[in-house]
Amino acid sequence: MPEKLFSQGIVEAQAHEMRTDPTIFVAGEDIELGGVFATAKGLREEFGSRVFNTPIAEAAMTGLAIGAAATGMRPIVEIMFMDFMTVAMDQVVNQMAKMRYMFGGETRLPLVLITHAGAGHQNAAQHSQSLEAWFCHVPGLKVVWPSDPYDGKGLMIAAIRDDNPVIYITNKLALGTRADVPDDAYTVPIGKAAVKREGEDVTVVAVGAMVPEAIKAADAVAERGLSVEVVDPRTLSPLDTDTIVRSVRKTGRAIVAHEAVQFCGYGAEVAAQIAQHAFDALDAPVLRVGAPFSPVPFNPNLEKAWLPGAEEIIASIEQLIPTGARA
Amino acid sequence: MCAMEPTEAQLVEMFRRMVRIREFDERAGLLLERAIVPGAVHLYVGEEAVAVGVCAQLNDDDYITSTHRGHGHLIAKGGDLGKMFAEIYGKATGYCHGKGGSMHMADQSLGILGANGIVGAGGPIAAGAGYTCKFRKQGQVTVCFFGDGAAAEGSMHEAGNLAAVLNLPVIFVCENNLYGEFAHVDEHHAISDIADMATGWGMAGAVVDGMDVLAVFEAAGEAIARARRGEGPTLLECKTYRFYDHLGRDYGLTKRPEDEIAHWKARDPIARLGTALAERSLISAADQDRIVEETRAEIEAAIAFAQESPEPAPSALLEDVYVPEPAGTTNG
Repeated sequence: MPEKLFSQGIVEAQAHEMRTDPTIFVAGEDIELGGVFATAKGLREEFGSRVFNTPIAEAAMTGLAIGAAATGMRPIVEIMFMDFMTVAMDQVVNQMAKMRYMFGGETRLPLVLITHAGAGHQNAAQHSQSLEAWFCHVPGLKVVWPSDPYDGKGLMIAAIRDDNPVIYITNKLALGTRADVPDDAYTVPIGKAAVKREGEDVTVVAVGAMVPEAIKAADAVAERGLSVEVVDPRTLSPLDTDTIVRSVRKTGRAIVAHEAVQFCGYGAEVAAQIAQHAFDALDAPVLRVGAPFSPVPFNPNLEKAWLPGAEEIIASIEQLIPTGARA
Repeated sequence: MCAMEPTEAQLVEMFRRMVRIREFDERAGLLLERAIVPGAVHLYVGEEAVAVGVCAQLNDDDYITSTHRGHGHLIAKGGDLGKMFAEIYGKATGYCHGKGGSMHMADQSLGILGANGIVGAGGPIAAGAGYTCKFRKQGQVTVCFFGDGAAAEGSMHEAGNLAAVLNLPVIFVCENNLYGEFAHVDEHHAISDIADMATGWGMAGAVVDGMDVLAVFEAAGEAIARARRGEGPTLLECKTYRFYDHLGRDYGLTKRPEDEIAHWKARDPIARLGTALAERSLISAADQDRIVEETRAEIEAAIAFAQESPEPAPSALLEDVYVPEPAGTTNG
């Protein structure tokens, strides 16, 4: 299997679907150049006017996707930084998410909004946020966040083929990572979590950028003889609660990790689901790893202090299973 | 259907549709006042010439986006009165199976993409539908109805600019009824003609007498013909007046000047067309009365249908959130 950039897998997914479905188009700011994160690189060259630039107007770009989808197209629109989704919130929350339900099931909106989240590149408070929890709180939207190149391509194809609006989130820094990605078209099903690493002593449910961090943490504590299971929901809404509960029932301990601010974050929902469905199997309270309650700072050292990662996950594992104690 | 002069059949049909809107909303207002229907109803009475003059130039496969004051747009584009009243009653037989209400009615089969409770939200959606029209190359167009209040929303300006940049076949029809909710348009806008915004958006713009259905028909016809030819979007500002309050007939929050109301009621668009039709011996005054009576019977039948219709089943609560419903996995 050829090794590819995460972003390249996303390009391949779109190109593959565009070759067979003429109603798919790709629009966004500077998308003709491939988008600033290269997730549309080369598409303009192959597909011409089906890949086009828009003004810097996130509400109109989102409405463009909604109106086109409602009338038979399958749009893919890029909202460059997830922070910019705030400018389009009415279109996303009041229009896109609700049209099917409030119009009595007549409307279909097969569209994908792709957006890029995460800190760690010194772009400060307005170009670094992870706002996934906001969108998971809205019925009618599907929210996916692949953590590796294989899932990135498979989930993009699944998102394009889905008849519902799908918010497709990437972690910006992950887009430059490489892994084996098949050349052919395949789907990773929406609504299915993946066990990224099997283990016995503690479950880490990790979102997006925290998946590789959780695997690093698992490697580190393996030296202590601890075995960590890493579960990646991949689809944040609708959530595959079963896979998470099954894992926690096996390990008896759970940590939920995401890069977003911890308070009222996605981890709160996962922790509540675990408490509701696996309370009797828990040997310890569910812990959360997330960012502190502040905007993302610019200064590289402060930003590093803000960003959660393997270190914080290891600390939580140590808290659940103190050194000297055995699982 | 883009001739600038309406045919006799079109004139008669425009009269009928204006009467249908008037009678529908007069009854809807009464039903709300008597608390027979739940929720809120925004009445289109007085503005009939705008929706009817524009929609008379549209085909079933052209699209419209509508507003919170949307009954007139639906009826003008051929909406079903029974399904409309049933929706206002919140019944299972309504356009949205009782889950949308007065402010959220759509009919995909007629290209009615939906009324909207968010002021200005239809602009971006209309641009998207306009993109589909452009893509299909079959001469379809999209009309975006919006109010003078919406002309202050950023979404409208984003949509206008986008439609012009992409040269989309979209006609932005501003219904300037002088009031954004309860405040006069002068408090909302520093310019006197919203049509002037067309210059900033980079498209043709025109002020139209929104109380004269023939003037609306002509201006819309020109704009729609341009759009069908691939010559891009237009902004039409139709100067009109809301005979009743922002919400219901009289919400009681404030009073508009009596002389202002009298001035605009003297220009009633239905009476105006009625006079012209009688003068041209197309429909006599007596026949016009007959049309009103027929329409009232139609309205009563639609209300009876709504009243006799069942409530939505409790199971409808979680239906149509997604397509299809996720098997097994729902967030809860």
